[in-house]
Amino acid sequence: MRWALGNLDLILGLTLNHVRLSVIPIIASLVLSIPLGWLANRNKTLRAVVITGGSLLFTIPSLPLFVILPLIIPTRVLDETNLIVALSIYGVAIMARSAADALASVAAPTLDASTAIGFSPAARFFRVELPLAGPVLLAGIRVVSVSTIALVSVGVIIGSANLGYLFQNGKQRGILAEVVVGILVSLLLALLFDLILVTLGRLLMPWNRGAGADGRLRTRPRRRAPAVAVGGAS
Amino acid sequence: MIEFRSVTKRFPDETVAVDDFSFTLPSHRTTVLVGSSGCGKTTLLRMINRMVEPTSGQVLIDDVDVASRDKVELRRSIGYVLQAAGLLPHRKVVDNVATAPVLKGVPKAQARAEALELLDKVGLDRSLADRYPRQLSGGQQQRVGVARALAGDPNILLMDEPFGAVDPIVRADLQLELNRLQRELGKTIVFVTHDIDEAFTLADQVIIFKKGGIIAQAGTPAQILAEPADDFVATFIGADKGKRDLHLQQRTGDQGLTLVVDGDGRPVGILDGAGSPAPGGPDPARGQVTRA
Repeated sequence: MRWALGNLDLILGLTLNHVRLSVIPIIASLVLSIPLGWLANRNKTLRAVVITGGSLLFTIPSLPLFVILPLIIPTRVLDETNLIVALSIYGVAIMARSAADALASVAAPTLDASTAIGFSPAARFFRVELPLAGPVLLAGIRVVSVSTIALVSVGVIIGSANLGYLFQNGKQRGILAEVVVGILVSLLLALLFDLILVTLGRLLMPWNRGAGADGRLRTRPRRRAPAVAVGGAS
Repeated sequence: MIEFRSVTKRFPDETVAVDDFSFTLPSHRTTVLVGSSGCGKTTLLRMINRMVEPTSGQVLIDDVDVASRDKVELRRSIGYVLQAAGLLPHRKVVDNVATAPVLKGVPKAQARAEALELLDKVGLDRSLADRYPRQLSGGQQQRVGVARALAGDPNILLMDEPFGAVDPIVRADLQLELNRLQRELGKTIVFVTHDIDEAFTLADQVIIFKKGGIIAQAGTPAQILAEPADDFVATFIGADKGKRDLHLQQRTGDQGLTLVVDGDGRPVGILDGAGSPAPGGPDPARGQVTRA
């Protein structure tokens, strides 16, 4: 605790950078996975390519990836962009499968009905399929969020200043408190991100509230008026 | 007027759903296509809004070949009601009803105002407008489905077993409601069902199908009941087992009530006014059967 209080500026700076390094890959993997998920639902071959490809990407160890990336994209070895790109690749690896499942989860009769009442193919995708795939996409992006926040720490080996620095530095100098603070702040960050995602999901998918995993209604949401008026002139 | 001109539909697996079908459905009337599953009735219905393209032949609406019209625009101009309503689960009731007009570019506020009026029309309380479909009962969802099909005032309504998924009491209710609406609106309705009773309740004209989209008999409910064309039709409408033979039974205990009894001996209704001796009362000769 005393260590934390004495190093608040350092912790805050590292945390903010950690957030920045996490947010970009999370958003990138969501955006990139949707066309991949769409492709996966075209036919069986494409599905196999997308899903197996995703799994293979995830098996690449991170260290070699950091070394290989500067050879593929015009960056230097110690560039943070490498970290962001690598994390996006891992994110897409997880998300591609989720997106494929999410789009496949939309009920066929609903799609048929949308076509029959006059949605054009593009309107149907963006205004019916994508929103209805939302709950499964959200489940996927929550996994990506936690995984990305954990993985950002690895970036410390290529010189990225994030919460991983606290693990590395604390271990080298034998400061246990520093390592513990690193773990706790990472954990809190992951929880905070999850909370934000769940809240966004509730705001963007009000129709899904109170639904179980199968999308059926468990309880009817009802707002209850407060029984007693609290407060007054005091 | 919807005209089928030697329409054939062969699916990739070589199943022939419809073979050389020609028929003209009159405007402002309800035509019910009835038959067992696999008889091609739904395929025919879906050809009208190009959800299914015929392998050969033509479908014309008011003498215009539907194949010459833009699919999406065509579908927006035709009301469509599906089994289990087919509502969009992520849209509120009012937005579901307003779907087609909004797609056609009607301002949202105006489309919603019209949607609320349509809810009144199909007998739904406006307080349901802000609910999501799954917060409604099956019967209410089906009414929303009808309201959605009526939005934008299309001339044609296609109804594909719309009341198949609701219980018999609600179904009877919805049928009555549809008849009331039709008297008021006079749309060209094409209705698909496998329930012959539903067909007789709703239809101006009934087409009974055999497998492969072959017409077993077409005519008004009265014509078909009075003169079934063959044994297939007789069996289909239940005339062979005397299900539709009615006779009268005078009851002694119940103030001389006259019961109408079907072939199985089950009472189906009472003869209104029959046996009423009061002067000025209903004339027994003009008494009508009230269905139980």
